[in-house]
Amino acid sequence: MRDSLPVRSPTATGGKSAVDGSAFISLRSVDKFFGDFQALDDVSLDIGLGQKIVVCGPSGSGKSTLIRCINRLETHDRGEIAIDGVKLDGGAAARAVLRNNVGMVFQQFNLFPHLSILDNLTLGPVRARGLELAAARELAEYYLARVKIPEQIDKYPHQLSGGQQQRVAIARALCMEPRIMLFDEPTSALDPEMIAEVLEVIEELAGSGMTMIVVTHEMGFAGHVADQMVFMDHGKIVEMAPPDTFFSTPESERCRTFLQQILRH
Amino acid sequence: MRFAYLLPLLALFGLSGCSSGSWGWYVVNPTTPSGQRNLMFLLDGLYYTLALSVTAILISVILGLLVALPGLATQRPPRIINRVYVEVVRAVPILVLILWVYYGLPQVADISISVFWAGVLALAISDSAFQAEIFRAGIQSVDRGQHEAAHSISLGYVDKMRFVILPQAIKRILPALGNQLVYMLKMSSLVSVIGMEELTRRANELVVTEYRPLEIYTVLVIEYLVLILLVSAAVRWLERRMGASDQR
Repeated sequence: MRDSLPVRSPTATGGKSAVDGSAFISLRSVDKFFGDFQALDDVSLDIGLGQKIVVCGPSGSGKSTLIRCINRLETHDRGEIAIDGVKLDGGAAARAVLRNNVGMVFQQFNLFPHLSILDNLTLGPVRARGLELAAARELAEYYLARVKIPEQIDKYPHQLSGGQQQRVAIARALCMEPRIMLFDEPTSALDPEMIAEVLEVIEELAGSGMTMIVVTHEMGFAGHVADQMVFMDHGKIVEMAPPDTFFSTPESERCRTFLQQILRH
Repeated sequence: MRFAYLLPLLALFGLSGCSSGSWGWYVVNPTTPSGQRNLMFLLDGLYYTLALSVTAILISVILGLLVALPGLATQRPPRIINRVYVEVVRAVPILVLILWVYYGLPQVADISISVFWAGVLALAISDSAFQAEIFRAGIQSVDRGQHEAAHSISLGYVDKMRFVILPQAIKRILPALGNQLVYMLKMSSLVSVIGMEELTRRANELVVTEYRPLEIYTVLVIEYLVLILLVSAAVRWLERRMGASDQR
C-alpha cells in the first residue's frame, strides 16, 4: 500500500549527512530586529540535506527566531536565507519552496482544536498540496502510525494527552512531506513523563534521514541525534561543533557556563 | 409561529380581568369578528418584521466580516479604511440612515429602491459597523499559534481564515450575534416611518382608525416581547449545542 502513495522517502533524497558542499539551507549574515532589540545578529549557517542540527542557548538568545525566520514566520531584516537555492523574499517561488520543503513543530503543539485528528492531518495536504481526500487520508494514517497513535484518528485534540498531541503535531507536519523539519522546543510544554515518547518519535525520524533543526534543552537527546551542536547567545552563533567536542571541550566561556547550568540537574 | 399568536391573547385576558373602565379591549377581542380582524391585521406585520430583520442581519454579517478583515491587517491603509467605516457608520442614527437611503440614495445613485430593500440596506449598514467590531474581537481572540500552524502547513490567507480561524472565532462571537439579532428585531420598527407594513406600522394604522392607542400599543409591546424571548431562547439553545460539540 505504501508504494502507491506519493510519498517522498527522506532517504532517497540524501540520507547521509550531505557534505558535498551544496548547502540545502544557507543563512548569510542574517539580522533580525524586534523594535530596538536585535534578535539575530549576523547569523550565518549552512545545513546540508540529511543533517541534524541542535540549537541551544539561554532564553532570548535567538534560537526560536532563527528557525522561525527559516520558515518565514518572521521576516529577517538583513542578510539572506536560501532554501534549495531559492531566496526567501516573500515571492511565489519562496512560498513554493517552503511549502514543498519545510515542516514545523511548535512548543505549544498548535493543533486545530475544532478539527478531528484526521482533519488536522489532511487539511494541509488537501488545501495546500492539492491532494485528493482519499490520498490525504492514507497519508494521515501512515504518519499517525509512524508516531504510534493510529487509533486516535477520529478523536479531537482535547481528548489526547500532551505527548499524544505533540505527536499528532509532528504527524501533521510530516503529512506535508517536507525535506526538513524544524522543532521549536518540542518538549518544553510537556509533563516530564511525556517527554520521552515525543523524543523517541523525533529520534526515529532523525534515524530515517530527515534533515532537522531542533531547538531544545534536552541535552541527552541532542547528544544522540545531532551532527552539529549550535550554541547561541545574544542573537549570535557563539559556538558550533559536533556533539562530542561540544560537550567535552566547549571553547567559549559562555557556552561552558550554560552547559554547566543546564547539565547540573 | 402559532404560539406568537396565542401568547399575547392569554396575556390580554389577564390584563382585561383586572382593568378599570378606561380600557377598551373590544378592539382586539378575539371572540368578536371585528376584534379578530384587527388582531389579524396587527399580526400580519410579523412577516415583514421577521423578513426585514433576518435579511438585514444576514447581509450585515457578511458586510461586517468584509469590514473586519482589513481591520486586522498588519499594514496601515486597510486598517484606516476599517476605522473610518466603523466610526462614520456608528455616528449616523439608524432612523436618519433609513430616511437617507430611502429618499436620498435613489437620487444619488439613480436607482429605484423599494421600501423593503431600503429598510434592509439601512439596517444592514448600520449594524455592519457593530458586526465588524464583534468579528474583529472574535478573530483576535483566536490564539496566534493557530495562525502560525496554518502558515506552517502552507495554507493561504483564504484557506486559513475559512478552515482554521473563522470556525473558532464564530463559536466565540455567537452570543454577541444573538444579541445583534434581537437588536435588529427592535430596530426594524423604525422602518415603519418609510411605510414598511411591519408590526409597528400596522399598529399605527389601526390606532388611526380605531382610536384605541393604549390597547393596540399594548398588543404591539407583547408582540415584540414574545418574538424576542423566542429568539433569545433559540440563540441560547444553539450556543449550548455548539458548546457541547467542543468542550474546550
